[in-house]
Amino acid sequence: MALTSDDVLHIANLARLEITEAEVDVYSKKLTNILDMVDQLTAADTKGVVPMAHPLDMAQRLREDVVTETDQRKLYQQNASQTEAGLYLVPKVIE
Amino acid sequence: MTTHAGWETVIGLEIHTQLATKTKIFSGSSTAFGSAPNTQANLVDLAYPGVLPVLNKDVVRMAVKFGLSIDAEITKRSVFARKNYFYPDLPKGYQISQFELPIVGLGSLEITMEDGTKKTIGVTRAHLEEDAGKSLHEDFDGLTGVDLNRAGTPLLEIVSEPDMRSAKEAIAYMKKIHSLVRYLEISDGNMAEGSFRCDANVSVRPIGQEEYGTRAEIKNLNSFRFIEKAINHEVERQIDIIEAGGTIVQETRLYDSDKDETRSMRSKEEANDYRYFPCPDLLPLVIDQEYIEIVRKDLPELPEQKKARFQSEYGLSEYDADILTVSRDVSLFFEDVTKQVGDAKLSANWVMGDFSASLNKDNLELSESKVSSDDLALLLTRIKDDTISGKIAKEVFEAMWAGEGNADSIIDAKGLKQITDTGAIEAIIDEIIANNVGQVEQYRSGKEKVFGFFVGQVMKATQGKANPAAVNEMLKTKLKG
Amino acid sequence: MHTKTIAELSRGLKAKEFSSVELTQHFLDRIEKHNSELNAFITVTPEHALKQAQESDAQIAAGNASPLAGVPIAHKDIFCTQGIKTTCGSKMLENFISPYDATVVTNMRESGVVMLGKTNMDEFAMGSSNETSYFGPVKNPWDTTKVPGGSSGGSACAVAARLAPGATATDTGGSIRQPAALTNLTGIKPTYGNVSRYGMIAFASSLDQAGTLTATAEDSALLLTAMTGFDEKDSTSIQRPADDYITGLNDGLEGMKIGVPVEFFDENLSDAIAAPVKAAIAEYEKLGAKIVDIKMPHLHLSVPTYYVVAPAECSSNLSRFDGVRYGYRCENPKDLTDLYKRSRGEGFGDEVKRRIMTGAYVLSAGYYDAYYLQAQKARQLIKSDFDNAFKDVDVIMGPTAPNLAFGLGELMDDPITMYLNDIYTIGVNLAGLPGMSIPCGFAAGNNGELPVGLQLIGNYFAEGRLLNVAHRYQQVTDWHSRRPTAFA
Ligand SMILES: [Mg+2]
Ligand SMILES: [Zn+2]
Repeated sequence: MALTSDDVLHIANLARLEITEAEVDVYSKKLTNILDMVDQLTAADTKGVVPMAHPLDMAQRLREDVVTETDQRKLYQQNASQTEAGLYLVPKVIE
Repeated sequence: MTTHAGWETVIGLEIHTQLATKTKIFSGSSTAFGSAPNTQANLVDLAYPGVLPVLNKDVVRMAVKFGLSIDAEITKRSVFARKNYFYPDLPKGYQISQFELPIVGLGSLEITMEDGTKKTIGVTRAHLEEDAGKSLHEDFDGLTGVDLNRAGTPLLEIVSEPDMRSAKEAIAYMKKIHSLVRYLEISDGNMAEGSFRCDANVSVRPIGQEEYGTRAEIKNLNSFRFIEKAINHEVERQIDIIEAGGTIVQETRLYDSDKDETRSMRSKEEANDYRYFPCPDLLPLVIDQEYIEIVRKDLPELPEQKKARFQSEYGLSEYDADILTVSRDVSLFFEDVTKQVGDAKLSANWVMGDFSASLNKDNLELSESKVSSDDLALLLTRIKDDTISGKIAKEVFEAMWAGEGNADSIIDAKGLKQITDTGAIEAIIDEIIANNVGQVEQYRSGKEKVFGFFVGQVMKATQGKANPAAVNEMLKTKLKG
Repeated sequence: MHTKTIAELSRGLKAKEFSSVELTQHFLDRIEKHNSELNAFITVTPEHALKQAQESDAQIAAGNASPLAGVPIAHKDIFCTQGIKTTCGSKMLENFISPYDATVVTNMRESGVVMLGKTNMDEFAMGSSNETSYFGPVKNPWDTTKVPGGSSGGSACAVAARLAPGATATDTGGSIRQPAALTNLTGIKPTYGNVSRYGMIAFASSLDQAGTLTATAEDSALLLTAMTGFDEKDSTSIQRPADDYITGLNDGLEGMKIGVPVEFFDENLSDAIAAPVKAAIAEYEKLGAKIVDIKMPHLHLSVPTYYVVAPAECSSNLSRFDGVRYGYRCENPKDLTDLYKRSRGEGFGDEVKRRIMTGAYVLSAGYYDAYYLQAQKARQLIKSDFDNAFKDVDVIMGPTAPNLAFGLGELMDDPITMYLNDIYTIGVNLAGLPGMSIPCGFAAGNNGELPVGLQLIGNYFAEGRLLNVAHRYQQVTDWHSRRPTAFA
């Protein structure tokens, strides 16, 4: 199934990836190749097969409701580009 | 508000209840409210590379508790999914939520309207998910500040069927859920702190039409008052559009309480393809029957059961029992007072009367009350044992509320103890009879309502402290002559 | 010292033939000498290493050292290391200093292992040639015009050129086994859930598993013993009694049943690989094993299934890299969307972006059922092929990779052919089984001989059995002890 430029721009937007004009064509070709390869799946007879989300047939383990963390803001914010008054800063969010 | 004849409103609510755990749903960070920004955001909450979620045990217990309280199916194998979208308050770029298989399935509860009519509202599902952080838009030179303390706080999202037909029904339902989660002690229900929030799906259709109209979702309604106004506004907006020949667009709208209107949030709609899929970092949540039974045993008495018991055990009217059981705190307060005083009717009257009025006047929660259940019980005991009259008790209560002491010390300090000494009362009556010969004549000639005048005179002379029963009896004898 | 195995180094340290500081310095010197040519390491941590070595020497002197105390190794740069740059091969994390250690790193440190540095890798582990690294491609020590395989190419190169006696690595679709095959190493990918994923930067969460690259199966057993174990920080970590990978290494193979899937010898397999692999299997017959042909009718679905599941998970896993809390942030974003799009657009390389977009696509409205759900069902079918096979056989064997190490740059413009490199390894990840690759011979490349790998696949938690099967073969063959002469 061929991906159009619009498809590429749409998924690039969903994934928040900047794609230049020139890259759109390259991506649409390569993604189309990948999807063509993946399309082999449609031929598989999966009637009645239970989807497998996980290799383990295990149940979720539960954690005790006990506070284990202390304030490490200073350490954790050392990797951030822009902080002020303990807050991470981003361009204005318009609601 | 204009009324539009011929239209029916259809409302469904999505209520986000913050669960009252000590730590977050997937990490050991504290959930305490009001800390300095990002001091309760650890590696998992910040979505650092490589970190993984582990589910909080109490979150599961609380969700099951809720499910059982609305007679819902508990899903034996529920699944966490990822809801993918980008937003600064969502550090992972996805919210872990439950999508196809929520922990709580179909249930229902009954609401009672002001006029006493009852209605059953379906609860489609309730699922566990994590809360987002908070964006602060002021004071950063045109930038937005992000505080992730709230990110990862456990939420139970309770989704109703589109069963409500008016804003009033929606409020009644929401209050019912609010009361229930507090009864269950799974949420503090604090709306001001955002622990109990609601989105409303609202649509209209011509009466008699079977299919639903296109709905709009009104986001983040965080007070009962706003919900009613927002829904009524939205209903009007939709009917106006349709009557003018337009069509409703399915969209998310935000209620602006300042302008009292809803407005479209198209910016958020734009990329509304959440690409849900099962979260590969978490395994299916498996709940067995044995666990369900353990939680069931732990269920407290619920409002409906309590109401019925208050009627049968204490002989309260349905109306009184209803008021006294809406809030778990009030019901516990009432029962505590009643047990000490031994008079349910007297306790009920006071709890619903002067006591509630004082709370309302000062805008206080029960937990902030200036008079404790023990204090009130002592006061009512003093009515019962004839130390004071009901009327004097009101005066004593006011002094108690003002912080002047307990009932006994106030009665003492103000000398409000009832006069039960018949000799003293007799002397006062004799004097009044002697000074009011005219009125005595009138009474004896059959004008019985003059009797009230004599009672008033005695009370005036004793500053209300004379035992009313003793005064009545003695006056009757004396006036006969 | 660098020609010794980890087992030998461990004995030498205990016998005080050399100290850990001497040993560590020796490897640091080799890294200093050869890394600029090979590009195996992104970060070398000499001070850190020598400090750990001193501590280990003290423990050895005190007589309370664990078996691996003082042995230096390298960590793949996918594992978070506290206070040390952790890049995952990406510009996105070029300056990222992890505030915490991955559980694997903690486990290794607690076993007394010394960390030499962090090895190069395909960006976010996406690749089979190590050419997608932001820090440049890694060279194959057997022929520096060839790729070492990927994504654990830096770890493979480091161990193959003896810049480290062993290394940690990760395998999502073959990223340990394929580089092992291309560089003549022993690589093991344990059962999913056996090694904690906490602190290992996620590519595809339901497939990722950490393992090791070493010269011998015995060395793998030693490192794996330190690495595995239950971790309460990882919900997918398995709680089970600790395995003993050492005691059974020499068990006999008489009567063992080896299944050879006919599908592994298809048209994709080059003759250069087929011959040594068949010869190796024949060698096992001599060791007393019984060889049976088996059918795995759904194995051909592995690659398409993988290229739905892995991109879907990665598209979500990599959303956290948004330029806000850590990582690359674009210059002067004009608004929030611009911040996201340019930080991610500039911070990620082409292959990563391709997979993120593929993943976003297969999960998006209207395509989920046809792609993602169908892939999950196909995954079940692939797993059932293995389950059925293990009813009859103890171990499955076949080639690890379909071809010899290919030229640098040769497949960079042909993702599909690149993806087919993992055609025989991917099924193991989809099923969650343990798998190994061991050296089984050489074939002529255009520039000298290149190594060939034999893949061993075991049932769930059969790591001990796999190591035993590999070790016995290494007792009677010497492929594994051959080293590239250029880095002798
Ligand atoms: Mg919702
Ligand atoms: Zn929600």
